[in-house]
Amino acid sequence: MYSKNLTISKGIDWPMVWLYAFIVIFGIICIYSVEYKTTDNFIQTLVGFKKNYSKQLFFFAACAVLAIFILLTDSKLFTATSNISYLIGILLILATFIVGKEIKGSKSWIPLGFMNLQPVELCKIFTALALSKYLSMPETDFKKPKSQIIAAAISFAPSVLSILQGETGLALVYFSFLIPMYREGLPPGYLIAGASMAVLLVVSLLFEAKTLLIAFTIIAILFFYFNRRRIKRNKQILLIIVVVWSFSSIFVGAIVPYTFKNVFKQYQADRIFSMVGVDNPFADEIISDMSVAEEQKIKQKKTEQQNYNVKQSKIAIGSGGFFGKGFLKGTQTRGDFVPEQHTDFIFTSVGENFGFLGSGLLMFLYLIFLLRIIRIAERQRSTFSRVYAYSVAGIMFFHVAVNICVTIGLAPVIGITLPLMSYGGSSLLTFTILIFVLIKLDADRQMVLR
Amino acid sequence: MSVFNQSRKNVILLVFTGMFVVIFLQLINLQIFSSKYKVDADNQGTFRKVIYPDRGIVFDRKGRSILQNTVIYDLMVIPGKIKDTDTATLCNILDIDLTEFNKRIISAIIKNKSYRASIFESMLSNEKMAKLNENLYKLAPGYFMQERSVRDYPYDAGGNIFGYLGEVDSNILKNPIYEGYVMGDYIGRTGLEKTYEKVLMGQRGIEFLLRDNKNRITGQLEDGKFDTAAIAGKNMYTSIDIELQALGEKLMQNKLGSIVAVDPKTGGIIAMISSPTYQPKLLTGAERKKHYAALLLSPARPLFNRSVSASYSPGSTFKTLQALVGLHEKVITTSFTVSCSGAFYGCGSGKPMRCLDFGTFDLRNAIRMSDNTYFATVMQRVITNPKYPSQDSSLAVWDRYMYAFGLGHRLGIDVPSERPGNIPTPKDFNKIYGKGAWNYCNFRSVSIGQGEVSTTPIQTANEMAYIANKGWYIIPHLVDSIEEGDKFNLLSKYKEKHSAMDIPDSIFDVVQGGMQDVVDKGTGAGAKVPGIVICGKTGTVENYYRGIKQPNHAFFCGFAPRDNPKIAIMCVVENSGRFGGTYAAPIVGLMIEKYLNDTIAKSREAIVEKFTKLNLIPPRIYSEMKSVDSLLHKKDSAYLIAKGYIKLIREGIEMDVTDEQEILDQIKKEKENVKKKQQQKQNSDSKLKVKPEAILSTEKKKPELKDSIR
Repeated sequence: MYSKNLTISKGIDWPMVWLYAFIVIFGIICIYSVEYKTTDNFIQTLVGFKKNYSKQLFFFAACAVLAIFILLTDSKLFTATSNISYLIGILLILATFIVGKEIKGSKSWIPLGFMNLQPVELCKIFTALALSKYLSMPETDFKKPKSQIIAAAISFAPSVLSILQGETGLALVYFSFLIPMYREGLPPGYLIAGASMAVLLVVSLLFEAKTLLIAFTIIAILFFYFNRRRIKRNKQILLIIVVVWSFSSIFVGAIVPYTFKNVFKQYQADRIFSMVGVDNPFADEIISDMSVAEEQKIKQKKTEQQNYNVKQSKIAIGSGGFFGKGFLKGTQTRGDFVPEQHTDFIFTSVGENFGFLGSGLLMFLYLIFLLRIIRIAERQRSTFSRVYAYSVAGIMFFHVAVNICVTIGLAPVIGITLPLMSYGGSSLLTFTILIFVLIKLDADRQMVLR
Repeated sequence: MSVFNQSRKNVILLVFTGMFVVIFLQLINLQIFSSKYKVDADNQGTFRKVIYPDRGIVFDRKGRSILQNTVIYDLMVIPGKIKDTDTATLCNILDIDLTEFNKRIISAIIKNKSYRASIFESMLSNEKMAKLNENLYKLAPGYFMQERSVRDYPYDAGGNIFGYLGEVDSNILKNPIYEGYVMGDYIGRTGLEKTYEKVLMGQRGIEFLLRDNKNRITGQLEDGKFDTAAIAGKNMYTSIDIELQALGEKLMQNKLGSIVAVDPKTGGIIAMISSPTYQPKLLTGAERKKHYAALLLSPARPLFNRSVSASYSPGSTFKTLQALVGLHEKVITTSFTVSCSGAFYGCGSGKPMRCLDFGTFDLRNAIRMSDNTYFATVMQRVITNPKYPSQDSSLAVWDRYMYAFGLGHRLGIDVPSERPGNIPTPKDFNKIYGKGAWNYCNFRSVSIGQGEVSTTPIQTANEMAYIANKGWYIIPHLVDSIEEGDKFNLLSKYKEKHSAMDIPDSIFDVVQGGMQDVVDKGTGAGAKVPGIVICGKTGTVENYYRGIKQPNHAFFCGFAPRDNPKIAIMCVVENSGRFGGTYAAPIVGLMIEKYLNDTIAKSREAIVEKFTKLNLIPPRIYSEMKSVDSLLHKKDSAYLIAKGYIKLIREGIEMDVTDEQEILDQIKKEKENVKKKQQQKQNSDSKLKVKPEAILSTEKKKPELKDSIR
């Protein structure tokens, strides 16, 4: 027995395991505080599996068993099965179009009886493995645009499918695969161009096309004026200015209005505009019949609900103060003021009960966790492991950053979980697998995996 | 390949760390620097429930409880839970129809949402309460009873003494004295309830409760760690004799006026009637606002506490004081006589002051027969007293006496809205007539208690106490002692004797003798009570309403028994016509008899009956009442309250609440300023108009001074 344990634990990065366990248990405590009622009998609720915290405890036990299994497997299994598992993942997502169950407005769940499985969630693992596999293949030259396109296709295929299902939050998570790709040599120009596009899009949502066209023209003229000597020497600069100017103008003046009028549905457009805090300027032209108007009303209600969520979330966190109100003493948590508090808004109970001390410590733990993953990534000999590690870091980072930013009012409401803390079997399972596969790969870091 | 990109690790680390720094900064901002969220959280997450203690009980001089608390019930409804209840039964019991029922439910839902309790019908009558209790099983769980404590008046008398409770409004909240009150709390608005608010209220308790997102109470905050218990208000013992008070109110039925009776030894007020009065319980209970509006609008002004707020010309009752001044200043002696040949001609023959009886009077008889000429002469001698260098200084000396008698300033009694009355000063006279341009002739009317002088009933009663005590008084007051002591130091000023002028007893003996004669064989014979030596003085007061002469006010004041005075009393019956001896004196007689003998002799009960039935309300009140009645039928109470306020402010009449009083005073002053300006304009036109005869001029110029009751 002892010797077997030794083989399992050989090379394991224990700090990772401890961080993992600590955060999950802290999460369960927070879920308990959300559900706590003075009349509850602790033992009864614990054994009854009626309460979320006891269910989460059960999920945790299941995940622990799964983690041991992962540690017992051979690392080569992951490289060998990465392609096929990715394929299965995609198929599962496709399956939801047929057998999917609608939960909270997105038809992206497969009912399994004891739990509901969200394939897009699970597919993060498969995509991470598939991307690692592709990038670690000796014949892949990531400098070539072809390889870049294939890598992007692998990364974003589940995302596109997810958007089709109406699950935008998780779809955005797949952007985190840009981090491993960047690490493996994706030209920063792409990221800069992408970022500029995003800025352009936001700007075009915020301001009227006319104003922007005038602004762009003025900027272009100023550029021309200040660079006129260089332009005399190098005509190419003039060309760049003209191209950028005309692209921006066309994008703002034609592409954006066209897309919002003809491609997006009313509620989608509304939602996008509400993210930047503006009313949909194309709304009037789109409402043609009653059903659409009705739908708009529902979506508007949803926006109001989201604003309410964020307000309540900020109140709960802000009222915690430096030391917090104390465990089970949070008035906002006790009064059910924050909707979805056990899932996406679990951080509010940390903020209220444990104050800045608690929430700051939790944030610090997550940062340590991420830095640890990067350290692990950089000590890998095989590209596969490194890419995979960066994928895990990216996904974790995206989840944590977006979730926390939503709760503290720095980002629009995007429904994604706080890793390891939020209630939910799917999320906990996914992150357990992601992390323990990484731990296993790291344990075998002397091996070169292909 | 990867080796070349190793530096990118640092970029990624930078991005990660940067993001977390942003999050940290926002957390610091939210949790450490913004207090807004804590306030928001407290507002929505906790509920500060105020526990109201029972207000203190008030006892009369014989230990009877005259102001206490009773429990009444409100029917509460939770609209979300009434689906299966028997609406028909409920409507039957409450005597409402289905539309009214629906209206109430809807307004309950609007006010408090459907899952919280709202009042369905407040302050149920005993009958409805009994019926509802029988049927409550049919109505549960949507309906339930909630008890509430209200004021109860076992003797149904003394509304003007006790005052009433009202809801705290924004005006009260502005006053720093009432810190800690919130909108909707009940607070003493006038009377004892207001003066002794701090004593009667007790200490409110606070319970901190937890509230959920639907505003339901879920439990106590930290098991009641921050809660404080309510402490009941303290009981108070007053000098009131509630039976005498009730008798006084009965005698004053259908009359306008006031009776004030004071115990001269202690200054304790035995009875204080202001008529018309109202049933104090009208201003508790469900219909409070409606009743309040009706009372406020009544032209007879039942909410106006005449005993302390109405200033009348004291009339001939004032002569007793002039006798004291004259004797003490030695301008007359007890044997000094004045003969009246029909009128006082000391100021020329322009408009002489008539005397009631012809003949020659010494002081005692002058008091007995209330001889005008005698006291005009006394006043003449006081003002032209060679002892003092000028008219101004001798008038100032006279003023000192009046102040010592408790006139011309607020006494400081313990019900609000006391008026100071008026004692003219040299400054006033110089202002009215021009500096030095007046002489004692302008004073003739003052000498007989008309003209520029005015007093309140409480001041007159106190003046009687002063004479009865032979030279001292204690500020009249209602409350003698407070249970567990006078913690707010409200009573100390009611313990000290005021005896500013050291007038010898011999002078008082003469004046008291004259007053005894008034009752025994003079103008006040109507006050006579067999077996009791009563000293008194009648008064018949000319008065004007909006410049039109009205029937005279009847005054009578006095004290008894002469040797060991136990009661000093004053009574005024407004616009009764005839003389003070006709209407006021018998009422005083009955009051004294009741107080001293504890009962009224069988033979005299007929007089009680007679006065109870006697209606002396002037006809103008009835005509005004009619116009108000037609208004009452038209509009709802809220409108009437607003309208009532506007009306009162317009007329510049004193209200029963001091704050409002001050506002009204200001309005009045402004009005007067405008008038003065107009007068100054007229001055330049003709100087003659400014200096008419004393009596007429003052009456026309300042009707407010003469009489605030119109």
